[in-house]
Amino acid sequence: MPIYLAKRFGLAVLVAFCVSILAFGLLRLQGNAAGALAGEGASAEDLAIIVETYGLDRPLIVQYASWLGDVLRGDFGTSYFFKSPVSDLIFDKIGNTVILAIMSLTIALAISIPLGVLAAVFSGSWIDRLCSLVSLLGQALPSFFLALCLVMLFAIKWRMLPASGAESWRHFILPAVTLGYYITPPFMRLVRAGMIDALSNDYVRTARAKGLPAHRVILKHALRNALVPVVGLVTVQLGLLIGGSVVIESIFALDGLGYLAYQAIGYRDFPVLQAVVLLLSVVYVVLTLLSDIVNAWLDPRLRVS
Amino acid sequence: MTDLSNSADPTATAELAETPPGRLSWSRLSEHPSLLIGGGIVVLMILIAIFAPLLAPHDPYAQDITNRAVPPVWFEAGSWEHVLGTDQLGRDYLSRLIYGARVSLLIGFAAVSIASVIGTTLGLLGGYFGGRVDMVVTFLTTIRLSLPIILVALAVVAVFGGSITIVVIVLGVLKWDRFAVVVRATSSQVARMEYVQSAKAAGASNLYIITREVLPNLTPQLIVIATIEIASAILMEAALSFLGLGVQPPTPSWGLMISEAKSYMFFSFWLISIPGIALATLVFAINLAGDGLRDLVSPDGRG
Repeated sequence: MPIYLAKRFGLAVLVAFCVSILAFGLLRLQGNAAGALAGEGASAEDLAIIVETYGLDRPLIVQYASWLGDVLRGDFGTSYFFKSPVSDLIFDKIGNTVILAIMSLTIALAISIPLGVLAAVFSGSWIDRLCSLVSLLGQALPSFFLALCLVMLFAIKWRMLPASGAESWRHFILPAVTLGYYITPPFMRLVRAGMIDALSNDYVRTARAKGLPAHRVILKHALRNALVPVVGLVTVQLGLLIGGSVVIESIFALDGLGYLAYQAIGYRDFPVLQAVVLLLSVVYVVLTLLSDIVNAWLDPRLRVS
Repeated sequence: MTDLSNSADPTATAELAETPPGRLSWSRLSEHPSLLIGGGIVVLMILIAIFAPLLAPHDPYAQDITNRAVPPVWFEAGSWEHVLGTDQLGRDYLSRLIYGARVSLLIGFAAVSIASVIGTTLGLLGGYFGGRVDMVVTFLTTIRLSLPIILVALAVVAVFGGSITIVVIVLGVLKWDRFAVVVRATSSQVARMEYVQSAKAAGASNLYIITREVLPNLTPQLIVIATIEIASAILMEAALSFLGLGVQPPTPSWGLMISEAKSYMFFSFWLISIPGIALATLVFAINLAGDGLRDLVSPDGRG
């Protein structure tokens, strides 16, 4: 176990290091960072000032090393546009993104677990087919289109919920429903497959033979086992949600990390963008590391190999 | 594909032998209605995209300021002149929708072609050679998976400027992970098969074994992943264009059409719902076909 953990941890650090190179290099791909920053029609003096201020004339590797050094000390630099420390900006916004991610996950699980169980218990019936239809439709509907439809109905027509902002919990409902619906299909498929697998097991047959009522067999014996792989998917989806909310946060002007990144792209605000890309990647790396550790702890076979 | 089927029932094998292969695949196809329906819609959309210049009633770029935001024919103010109405610049919406199918399909197919080459090559290398090579492939896949894909795509498009070519390259370079994961897993199984071992013993080169023995056995899975990935690439292009960092105006992309109509949402919601429904239908059809294909190629899905 300690060897496995050490190896797994080393891998995570190595991945994070490579991601930091990519996050930094991504925005320098074009070569002319000062030009991209100044926009079209900037004068030579403007460019010279920008190069001077941000030290863009230094070799790339020196710029990267100084950036990484600062990042490791918790200093992500100063935003070109917002003129405040990037770490402050991120600290301000991350709360909204985390709330949105948790609400969407809750909605997705609340839909997918009952439907997945129903689909598995009545596998092959019309309920099963209806569930797979719903899941196919969920994958096909573009999230931004669903978002606009919800805004049209709930914010414009019926005036029930606000269409943009993040001032109260009501502002989170429409974005969370959109994101939640979007990530429901993979959960539903996994719960269904897990339940079908669990229901065919010997312990379920024993429980049935003992004369336990059907709902107890399904909920207590089968569902508990079917949910084990769902935990792994939750960690992965949480990582994806925190990154994938760029589109939804921008539509609803929900002031989180995704919206911040979208604004940073528009303003060519490299320090903010680098920090968000790096942060989201590291969150994903940490979450997968945690899920691997939990899995290793649950499954002794993994610890040895 | 027939070399994968190992039917235990002798009568079934006899029937298989008697039915000509062409009729056999047709009878199999008819047992998978989702493949038939999904595939049918996709083929129809591809034909519409190819013959767009013949089908479009108007020039998709021609603006007519006097005829702005005319509603579709089923509204009272609509007319048969513009069946799906006109947009905020007076351009015929049906014509833009038809040309938009070109953009979606072109980007979907082109991006996934690039992604499948990258992913399949990496997966084959890792799965076939194992050891150090496999470690590198797994490491690259882990890095790719930890990058927030939409954000990276947005950033790259912002740096290089939006165009169909850039979107294709960005999506192609980012979306290879599923190909790599599945091909790696399958090819490492195939590499241990007896016929591969005997090809090795017979002195065949690695390149020969990979291209002649391993790759053909992966084709069914590759087709299934490609359909799923095309659908997802089409959605991503639409999202990028919707955010203004994909295909640039005046090119008719469905995502861009929705984005351009956003400010007219209150009075002309059909400007949003028509391209939205078109997108959802195309992606739904591709996924439906993909599901059907998966059933068709998995051995127990064969009747």
